[in-house]
Amino acid sequence: MTEGMLMNLVRLLLYLVGMIGFAAFNAAYLTLLERKQASWMQLRRGPTEVGPWGLLQPVADGVKLMSKQLLLPRDVDVPLFLLGPIMVVVPPILCLVTIPFSETVVARNYNLGLLMIFAFGAVSTFALMLAGLASANKFSSIAAARIVAQNIAYEIPLLVIVLSLVMTTHTFNLHTIVAQQAGGFWHWNLLKLGANPLMPVAFLIYFICLLAESNRAPFDMVEAESELVAGVFTEYSGMGFGLFFIAEYVNIVVGCCLATILFLGGWHCPFGLLPGLHWFLIKMYALCVMVVWVRWSFPRTQFYGLLNLSWKYLIPLALANLLLTAVMLKLF
Amino acid sequence: MESAMPVKDLKASFEAIAQRNAAGQPLLAETDHGAKGTNLDLTVPAERVGDAARILDRAEYMIEAITGVDWLADKQMEIVYDFVDPVSGERVTFRARAPRDKPELPSISAVFPGANWHERETHDFFGIVFAGHPGLIPLLLPEDATFHPLRKDFAP
Amino acid sequence: MSSDAQALHHESFVLNVGPQHPATHGVLRIKLTMDGEYIVDAEPVIGYGHRMHEKMGENRSYAKFLPNTGRLDYVAALFNGHGYVGAVERLAGLVVPERAEYIRVITCELNRIASHLLWVGAFLVDLGGFTPLLYCFDDREHILDLLESVTGSRLTFCYFRFGGVCNDVDDNFIAGARAFVTSMRSRMPLYDAFVSKNIIFRKRCEGIGILSAAECRKYGASGPVIRGSGVAYDVRKLEPYSVYPQLDFDVPVYTEGDCMARYRVRIAEIVESLRIVEQALDKLPAGPVMADKVPRALKPPKGDCYFNVESARGSFGVRAISDGSENAYRLKLRSPCFSNLSLFQECARGMLLTDALALLGSLDLVIPDIDR
Repeated sequence: MTEGMLMNLVRLLLYLVGMIGFAAFNAAYLTLLERKQASWMQLRRGPTEVGPWGLLQPVADGVKLMSKQLLLPRDVDVPLFLLGPIMVVVPPILCLVTIPFSETVVARNYNLGLLMIFAFGAVSTFALMLAGLASANKFSSIAAARIVAQNIAYEIPLLVIVLSLVMTTHTFNLHTIVAQQAGGFWHWNLLKLGANPLMPVAFLIYFICLLAESNRAPFDMVEAESELVAGVFTEYSGMGFGLFFIAEYVNIVVGCCLATILFLGGWHCPFGLLPGLHWFLIKMYALCVMVVWVRWSFPRTQFYGLLNLSWKYLIPLALANLLLTAVMLKLF
Repeated sequence: MESAMPVKDLKASFEAIAQRNAAGQPLLAETDHGAKGTNLDLTVPAERVGDAARILDRAEYMIEAITGVDWLADKQMEIVYDFVDPVSGERVTFRARAPRDKPELPSISAVFPGANWHERETHDFFGIVFAGHPGLIPLLLPEDATFHPLRKDFAP
Repeated sequence: MSSDAQALHHESFVLNVGPQHPATHGVLRIKLTMDGEYIVDAEPVIGYGHRMHEKMGENRSYAKFLPNTGRLDYVAALFNGHGYVGAVERLAGLVVPERAEYIRVITCELNRIASHLLWVGAFLVDLGGFTPLLYCFDDREHILDLLESVTGSRLTFCYFRFGGVCNDVDDNFIAGARAFVTSMRSRMPLYDAFVSKNIIFRKRCEGIGILSAAECRKYGASGPVIRGSGVAYDVRKLEPYSVYPQLDFDVPVYTEGDCMARYRVRIAEIVESLRIVEQALDKLPAGPVMADKVPRALKPPKGDCYFNVESARGSFGVRAISDGSENAYRLKLRSPCFSNLSLFQECARGMLLTDALALLGSLDLVIPDIDR
């Protein structure tokens, strides 16, 4: 083994540990953010007891979840049941590998980074379905069936929107996409109206699909606690249950990172000053706050309402957007 | 208060089916709603409860409740049916009696589907059998209950 | 769709919703026969919380049964008390002082607002929206504080007595009630903006769970359920009791019969109840709050009477039969939720699971009231 390979290996391991740490930290503190934000919206105070301002609450939650027994109900398909949460949580963490947080902070700058993220995103869906079916519970099975229909419905507009974006950027490389948006906020893809006047609409569609893809309210058919008890998670306990939530929050982080990169100029400052990591994080967490805000403002949609929204409105709109981009590209 | 079918118009049809007393008078009385909580109170023979329910159904009355009363001393079970006109608020109460040792009378659940649960409940509590009821299984009591707690001779 | 559902009956499966399920608000069980997400049959199984209150009514004196009334429909417990004391007073021929009647109306209407607020919150939770619940609880809290100051309890009230109420209201209560009427009125636009105009809420309620007036009549569904189906049946108006005839209020009626209509009826009823409370506070006469000479051991003469009140969920009735002794010979409690739930089996057929649970929530069930 040469020294170069060893260095590479060490660097890879460090990146991996860093990514997992980043994912776990975000998952933990997004729960706190969610609880605090929900409590502000609901005239409450949220967690206050554990640590100052409730800051250690996620630690307490984590310790509690880890100390709980992982129950294996009698009729479950044990290997798949145990594989489910792991397969749900790994892909979104891997997605972080190719996300450029700033000019320099990026683990692996793949040329097909965008494609990789969507490929992993699909695995997550598959894993949730697997967990639901392996649970041998009727509520979980119904939820599993819903997930498949929901994710197929929302993957299409999501991919079409991203495709039309890629037509204007001419690359799948996330780093390059951000680099193209240098300068003030009028250079961002969101406002690149010369390439496609429907860009803000495309962003809106992307955001709705992000909510649906990460199974967040008002599209949380996976859980749907007032109908399906806890949906796919019904039979899970302890950290098995906890992993689903880590995955949910990491999914949100990945989705918001991607939105920041694709539409909001990544690490660039809105006014062209001091580009860097902090701008990326500000934009990304602002989007996370919006995701939480939507959740605590709306009831859940009906399942068919959810599908109608996608098939009847989002997909035609996304296709129109694609067509328009193509026409604009040809004309100008 | 005006309604499409005031109680006094129903009185004639009820007189035809009401139980007669020894003197041949129908057991039927218009009562003061403010004092008794009902406008018409009558007794029908057990086999005529279906007819009484049909009269009220035609007059578009709403079913309010069905219940039993155990008259231990008389060795009889009384079944009380409460109906109300949701438009005028007028009430009709009709009663039927059945022998206590074998209380049985026709079900009115075909006329008023809402009677289904009320009859099941009355069967639970009193052991009154409603002939023609689609499923007289315990509703409020446990599934395997064989006792009837509101009978006056019930001892737990 | 229901014919399709029946054609595929052989592929159906049974889904047990409850007795412990987030959508059933208590120990109600619904045995659903499902075809995919469509409901082929929905059989409510009740009685898990059955306590045989009617037997308890027979084996203790009239006064000793008073606390039981607070444990039937505990969300709107004052109405049960009102129905029960009303029946016994009618049986015994007691005349209640006017001040007591006004106090009964004020406290009952406050209780109605509290109950409807709780329903709005719980219904939204059924639909997956959590935030309105906390706003409803915020407003409801004021009512509970007020009622606590005069009745001594916050939920399972035992406030009414035969011939009056046990405790007179003081100036603090009156001032507090007036302040609440003002603050609640100022909150209504918030509910309107946050809930009534919420697009997802409307999509989930409009045209969902339609109940016809005939179905309500045949099943005996009363209260906001029948008033959401276009029938203005309100006991307070049609079978007047207490001092309601002296108060000016409207009976909100919506004709659509869907979940939205039932929601709108309840919201409009909150506004009407505020009007009633305000008027009753203005008109509140001076005087005693208990009738004179109510015997400690009440022995109503032999007789049989029925008394019903418009509870927050519909017509709550009590049939009291006296044999002249200290205990009731028979005490029938007519629960509105019992009748309201009984139509679920027929109406849920062919519906989607999601919509059926919205329908179930819109009926405003309190399970201990059904089980008694």
